[in-house]
Amino acid sequence: MEYVTPEGFRLDGRRPMEMRQLRAEIGVVSRADGSAVFEMGNTKVIAAVYGPREVKNRSEQLNDQALVRCEYSMANFSTGDRRRKHKGDRRSTEISLVIRQTMEACILTHLMPRSQIDIFVQVLQADGGTRSACINAATLALADAGIPMSDLVTSCSAGYLNNTPLLDLNYVEDSAGGPDVTVGILPKLDKVTLLQMDAKLPMNILENVMQLATEGCKAVANYIREVLLNNTKQLEFRRGV
Amino acid sequence: MLQSKSFVRKTKQGKVVKVVREHYLRDDIYCGATFCKVCDVSGARLTPDASNIIVVDTNVVLHQIDLLENPAIDYVVVLSVVLDEVKNKNISVYNRLRAICSNSLRKFFVFSNEYHKDTYVKALAGETPNDRNDRAIRVAAQWYQNHLGSSSCVLLITNDRENKRKAIDEGISAETVESYVKSLGKPELLDLVVQPQSGDVNMEEVEDLRPSKRKVIYIEHKPMSEITSGLLRGILHQGKLRVNRYNPFEAYVGSESIGDEIVIYGRSNMNRAFDGDIVAVEILPREQWQEEKSLAIAEEEDEEEDVHLAPSSADDAPRVIDAKQGSEGNTVPARPSGRVVGVIKRNWHSYCGSLDPMPMPAGNAGVAHALFVSKDRRIPKIRIQTRQLGNLLDKRIIVSVDSWDCVSRYPSGHYVRTIGEIGDKETETEVVLIENDIDARPFTSQVLACLPPLPWSVSSEDLANPIRQDLRHLRVFSVDPPGCKDIDDALHCTALPNGNFEVGVHIADVTNFVYPGTPLDDEASQRGTSVYLVDRRIDMLPKPLTEDICSLRNEVERLAFSVIWEMTPEADIISTRFTKSVIKSSAALSYVEAQARMDDSRLMDPVTADLRNMNTLAKIMRHRRIDRGALTLASAEVKFQIDTETHDPLDIGMYQIREANQMVEEFMLAANISVGEQILKHFPLCSLLRRHPSPTKEMLEPLLRTAAAIGIDLDVTSSKTLADSLDQAVGDDPYFNKLIRILTTRCMTQAVYFCSGDLTPPEFHHYGLAAALYTHFTSPIRRYADVIVHRLLAASLGINKLPDIFQDGTRLTSIADNLNYRHRNAQMASRASVELHTLIYFKKRPTDTEARIVKIRSNGFIVFVPKYGIEGPVYLTTRADKGGEWIVDEHQQKVKKTDGSVSYSVLQTVKIHMEVVEPQPNRPKLQLTVI
Repeated sequence: MEYVTPEGFRLDGRRPMEMRQLRAEIGVVSRADGSAVFEMGNTKVIAAVYGPREVKNRSEQLNDQALVRCEYSMANFSTGDRRRKHKGDRRSTEISLVIRQTMEACILTHLMPRSQIDIFVQVLQADGGTRSACINAATLALADAGIPMSDLVTSCSAGYLNNTPLLDLNYVEDSAGGPDVTVGILPKLDKVTLLQMDAKLPMNILENVMQLATEGCKAVANYIREVLLNNTKQLEFRRGV
Repeated sequence: MLQSKSFVRKTKQGKVVKVVREHYLRDDIYCGATFCKVCDVSGARLTPDASNIIVVDTNVVLHQIDLLENPAIDYVVVLSVVLDEVKNKNISVYNRLRAICSNSLRKFFVFSNEYHKDTYVKALAGETPNDRNDRAIRVAAQWYQNHLGSSSCVLLITNDRENKRKAIDEGISAETVESYVKSLGKPELLDLVVQPQSGDVNMEEVEDLRPSKRKVIYIEHKPMSEITSGLLRGILHQGKLRVNRYNPFEAYVGSESIGDEIVIYGRSNMNRAFDGDIVAVEILPREQWQEEKSLAIAEEEDEEEDVHLAPSSADDAPRVIDAKQGSEGNTVPARPSGRVVGVIKRNWHSYCGSLDPMPMPAGNAGVAHALFVSKDRRIPKIRIQTRQLGNLLDKRIIVSVDSWDCVSRYPSGHYVRTIGEIGDKETETEVVLIENDIDARPFTSQVLACLPPLPWSVSSEDLANPIRQDLRHLRVFSVDPPGCKDIDDALHCTALPNGNFEVGVHIADVTNFVYPGTPLDDEASQRGTSVYLVDRRIDMLPKPLTEDICSLRNEVERLAFSVIWEMTPEADIISTRFTKSVIKSSAALSYVEAQARMDDSRLMDPVTADLRNMNTLAKIMRHRRIDRGALTLASAEVKFQIDTETHDPLDIGMYQIREANQMVEEFMLAANISVGEQILKHFPLCSLLRRHPSPTKEMLEPLLRTAAAIGIDLDVTSSKTLADSLDQAVGDDPYFNKLIRILTTRCMTQAVYFCSGDLTPPEFHHYGLAAALYTHFTSPIRRYADVIVHRLLAASLGINKLPDIFQDGTRLTSIADNLNYRHRNAQMASRASVELHTLIYFKKRPTDTEARIVKIRSNGFIVFVPKYGIEGPVYLTTRADKGGEWIVDEHQQKVKKTDGSVSYSVLQTVKIHMEVVEPQPNRPKLQLTVI
């Protein structure tokens, strides 16, 4: 199938190097310590962060650092066909783990020993790139909760179809069966914290695709920073400073 | 700007789901006019000298693609909505349209109106998709007119009356195709315009020529919904219709649902389906199977069989109908017969041929109706309209098909272009090329730009390259057909001190010059193979590469890819090594020369000694291979001697195979097998191999029947037993065994390329060579498969990395399919070319010669003429006289006169007279008669 026309348009009218529309909102779950909704096109994810708080299960307590836990789930209505998504299947366990490890890499856990941070992410609407959207939502929620982090982790995916690297795949492109590279970076430190791909790709092409995904991450980072700044300004305004 | 597209869709399981997709609208899509002041003009195609800028609608593209391909039509805006619709309706038209759009000489511009913020159209409530798309086209045309303002006039071309009316109401100038072409003032273009189907008054006139036939001739096709449900319920069967090449009134549909072929007799049962169409078939009731058959024979006789080249494999051979007719009608035929009830997918394209001779109608300037006869006998006659009948009558032309309704006997089509005079050798050769889809155009400048600068010679860098071994000291020589310029293989053989031999096969290092992904590589992969016609060669790679840079010529240093074995004097391979190398050939011999050297016992020079050593080894290897069960098959290849001045054939003779040929062949086979093993070991999933499937029982059936008739017992359980029984089948004359072998070869299918990931290892087997695996490595100059194998081998040795396409299984499979297709077409073209030259040869020389009967027919028999490698029918009765003077004995394969005075049996030798006759002007054919 033709995913990029010779005129250089993708199925949804984007060019290969363009992302979908980003949207984010902070403080959507008032009971949580921090929360955010993050949208990449039609992919919509909600994240809530609780903590740092007392460790529930004493046996898991770590004496030198905070315990980070993450739970990923997909809402039953998130995909077109209404199917019961049972918790704890292989895919959600894997994504939970990926998000936890990625977030752990930037949270300054050593500042909060003997405490626990819970991250809950739920996909409200899935249209490709849920993994990246979850990480971005979690970053925003962590920032909203005021948890100390070394940098904002941002993530974006990129793929390779019709001999063209494509940024931010949507569901149709994702299910084309081509390689799908998800990259997570620490934009300020310029470090990669997450790199996932479940296909074979020649080295030089992988480099190009990864480069593109990294650019995407940086764009997400700029947007997230802007959102956070606006949010802070609003808080400032409400407090009447 | 973001728009959301939402629609409902039915899934394969029959569930209905709602799909929501994003649709981004943009403001950075440009109009493509070079004179536009607002837009970016970097990709612009439309220059200001256009009188009109044309916007075409979908139906215009679908029906008038031949017109659009004509260079007279230019300044066309192709909207993305049109492209999408065309793509959904007809992928081949889409590809042709895309080819025009990407041709830099044509002024076609693709405007992505669906993504443009001003031209995107949202479907209104209750609006059908068709209406919505028509509206989108009008909106885009309007936008163009407003955008370009008065600087140019935008014209919407549509044949849809409603659309045109709406367009004019909205203030867009619109015209129909015909009126637009008329306004161009080029009458010859009008022939290319496809006539609209409705209100086609002219059709009546043609039917008037045969007043008795004016009725519904074919049964109406069933509607698609009925076909789908019929297929689901198992009443109808779907499959590709294949028309018998030798009898266009008989076709086969291979159906998966009943696991057998359905035979379709007669045009009315074929119900307007063409060869290659995907059709839905209904099986006829059992009692009609027989009846249909006798009817088919009667009809068969309108069409005569032509003399043609002897087929070389089952794929070329005429299909044998199950001829087990008992004398009574109570035996049930083995194969079901059926009737086409609907065409699911058409395989219409353009066809080469000429017009049926007809008197010039009164009034030369007017429109005339003519019947077109395709060169391909499987295609029915096609009715066309032309304004240049006088011009076309004695020309070869290309015609494409537009429609076929049930009231007309023949499909209607339109003229596309003229190739040349009928009977002219150039024209006929071009027809052969077009018929077989062979690209004989000169290489483009982009392709030629990939060649290394000339004159080329081995550089010091090549010698210094650590991956390249310097083998210039070896006594390498090549053995090829005389006059061969593209020498892609050379050999060497050195006696080692321990009594063993070092034998090397050196193959031109083509991949050193053809890099993956370059235009040169793309072109070569498209062409797939070089095509050898009698009087010319169509190269896969440009001439400087084939004849100079890669050709392993005498006394020049050349780059090679070498396979080097150490062999014991018993021809056992002790070790195999592969390396890139530099060689210097010391002799370029022809088969005749090599043979003469080996035979001449006085010659004791080193090359001759090497030749003799190699021949000894080759004989052992050959013997071992035959013991393993390899078949020595024979084909009736012929060789022409061509007059250097007129290029007319001077003499024909069978191609003689010498020991030297077999020696070279043996080492090439060994090299191919060694390379096959090496690449499969390293790349088990993406190697390109060649396999030869074992023939099925049904395919060998005619051979067994013939053999039984003459009292020979062939054991076909395996290739080994077949080879043995072939060896034992020795008749009273020397040619007998060869004839049996030729008949056997004809029952086999052809070997095919495949990607190792697509099949399981047992399926890799090569039946004819009795090898577990096989590939092609030894002719990279003339076969693209070998180029791929060279790359795989180089990658397995760590010389290069594997090009990207090997990662992509589907692309590799499609390359293999293309190679098979091209390979087959190249063979068909060579055969057609030989046939053409045979005809030219016999035109001046009526000949008497000996022939062998290979098949018995009810009114005669088919003979094979060994000397010229041709095959054709000999009629015992005239066509008019259907009298039962002759009786056929199917069991003994004999045809007897009723009084028993004369009888002919299969494989018998007969004397025949060959002569070219012209039953119709400009249509010469070869006629064979018994003397």
